[in-house]
Amino acid sequence: MYTQALNTSDADDRNVEDATRAAAFQARIDADDRIEPNDWMPAAYRKTLTRQISQHAHSEIVGMLPEGNWITRAPTLRRKAALLAKVQDECGHGLYLYAAAETLGTSREELVDAMLTGKAKYSSIFNYPTLTWADIGTIGWLVDGAAIMNQIPLCRCSYGPYARAMIRVCKEESFHQRQGFEIMLTLCRGTDEQKAMAQDALNRWWWPVLMMFGPPDKVSQHSDTSTKWKIKRFSNDELRQKFVDATVPQAQFLGLTIPDPKMKQDEAGHWVPGPIDWDEFKQVLAGNGPCNRDRLAARRKAHDAGAWVREAAAAYAEKRKRRQFAQAAE
Amino acid sequence: MAVANVEISETPLVLYTLRRADDALILGHRLSEWCGHAPTLEEDMALANMGLDLLGQARELYTYAARVEGKDNDEDKLAYLRDVRQYRNLLLVEQPNGDFARTMVRQFFHAAFADLYWRAMMQSKDATLAAIAAKSEKESAYHVRHSSEWIIRLGDGTEESHHRAQTAIDDLWSFTGEMFSVDGSEHGLIDAGIAVDPVSLYPQWLKTITAVVNEATLALPASNWMQQGGRGGRHSEHLGHLLSELQSLQRTFPGATW
Amino acid sequence: MATPNSPLWEVFIRSRNGLAHKHVGSLHAADATLALQAARDIYTRRGEGLSIWVVPSSAITASDPAEKGMMFEPAESKIYRHPTFYDVPDEVGHM
Repeated sequence: MYTQALNTSDADDRNVEDATRAAAFQARIDADDRIEPNDWMPAAYRKTLTRQISQHAHSEIVGMLPEGNWITRAPTLRRKAALLAKVQDECGHGLYLYAAAETLGTSREELVDAMLTGKAKYSSIFNYPTLTWADIGTIGWLVDGAAIMNQIPLCRCSYGPYARAMIRVCKEESFHQRQGFEIMLTLCRGTDEQKAMAQDALNRWWWPVLMMFGPPDKVSQHSDTSTKWKIKRFSNDELRQKFVDATVPQAQFLGLTIPDPKMKQDEAGHWVPGPIDWDEFKQVLAGNGPCNRDRLAARRKAHDAGAWVREAAAAYAEKRKRRQFAQAAE
Repeated sequence: MAVANVEISETPLVLYTLRRADDALILGHRLSEWCGHAPTLEEDMALANMGLDLLGQARELYTYAARVEGKDNDEDKLAYLRDVRQYRNLLLVEQPNGDFARTMVRQFFHAAFADLYWRAMMQSKDATLAAIAAKSEKESAYHVRHSSEWIIRLGDGTEESHHRAQTAIDDLWSFTGEMFSVDGSEHGLIDAGIAVDPVSLYPQWLKTITAVVNEATLALPASNWMQQGGRGGRHSEHLGHLLSELQSLQRTFPGATW
Repeated sequence: MATPNSPLWEVFIRSRNGLAHKHVGSLHAADATLALQAARDIYTRRGEGLSIWVVPSSAITASDPAEKGMMFEPAESKIYRHPTFYDVPDEVGHM
């Protein structure tokens, strides 16, 4: 949104930090004003947002792969159409988010290249494999459920283009979680084999999903400044708790067991999970998850295999421009 | 334990509807294989949209075929519980995606036909087929637009894209004749004004194809040899693999509800 | 290897409710025809629109936020341009 039109003209001293500007900027944030692409912003704000929005975009795009793995095997035509539409939505969400990130002055191509070369991260949850159809239900129910918890507060984030993109994403995502829960419900009401499939998927996804909210508040790196800048409105632990409280009754409704024997309900009614294995999280983040290499390889393959198509479109556009120019000159 | 294939009473109208349903499902399935792997995010969206259009057409056609048959079948039984020899789709639509040029040429050849076909079917004396045609025609018209714009860009783009597009045309051309062939089971339906005689669509189809291919600086092959067989269940080797994937859950867990 | 940038387009959609075209987002496309098709495929999947405009992002001239005071504040004091500035007795009814 307006990237090339606006941010390339920033040759003046706008990016020079000075205390007055920084204070005025913070005052705007505190007044719940929205920051727009051409506004002055601290370099660190720009950098943090570029990183966060592009990681979010990469996650949507890489996130197409585990679910896309089942489009050709969806068990009914209705499920097939819903899944294709859902994975396509994720592509759209990635696209909206890249556009929002681009308003901060980095092109989509650069952002994508950073992901393909492994410099930029995406959500670790997509480094786990989808082994059975129940994984598709579980991803919709839990992964999308967790994503929605994270994303709804972002609709009020201080950066206008990001907030607007998130409003659109949240509106479209509303069917995703329902789609997943419906798959789970059908499995849980189905044969014993199907119910076992559902339980197995929950067992494998539960802990990685809890990790989606990020490290515990006491060790989180980015939270302080992000909170000050109103990029983040709730802490990792707050959101995680909210998610667990919402999910436990849903699992009970399905007749599934949360794979956490240490989970307890406290006096206030909150479900308190047992300790999370943060070593696993670090390993997956470091590239050692079961699918890290496959995911990157798939994205690189699509990118490389599509290069000649993008070149052809660019070459044709150039030719057409020249022809129109020649025609006009006649 | 394997699930038995469904038995189908292939009366002319059931068979006729199934053939169109199979075309839409198989082509839609092929397009859905691109999801997450297209050359650009924008094109990923476009391919999925076309796939969803075709999947929607397939569902309506299967449901109608099942209703006409009047037995215990439904859209899913027809899609998931027939083996390769019972499938009636055109050989063209089951051809693998290959590169983007091949997918677009396949789409263009088929959509340019489907658009004319559905437009003519809107006049069918069969009200359900006419209604399906009215919806499908708009979808196919867009598929023609989208695929032809790409054919033009690929043909008139770079040397590499030109070569790839020409190869795709050369390789897929022999599968186009089947769209215009009619067998004994269809004559009665055509005479009754229920079905369309595809032969009548050929001149316009060829005109569309030729115009786009010329603009794309590409050429149609000189060969007139055309492959046949899909309508009678004699397929290429590719379809069996597609079906084994498509049907895997239904075949592995017989009788389950999904 | 760095990937070359493709042009960016801004998308405007006129929705069913008869309002003017509204900015809905952006996309990348090599030329205007592809941009229009991509806009249709990306931004009207849920029946959102009846008309689409695509505009090269580079063609947009925008006001400078640093000049916000000069540009927009002078209008704020012209309260006599608004109907609520004028007193009309209640018994006259809606006007």
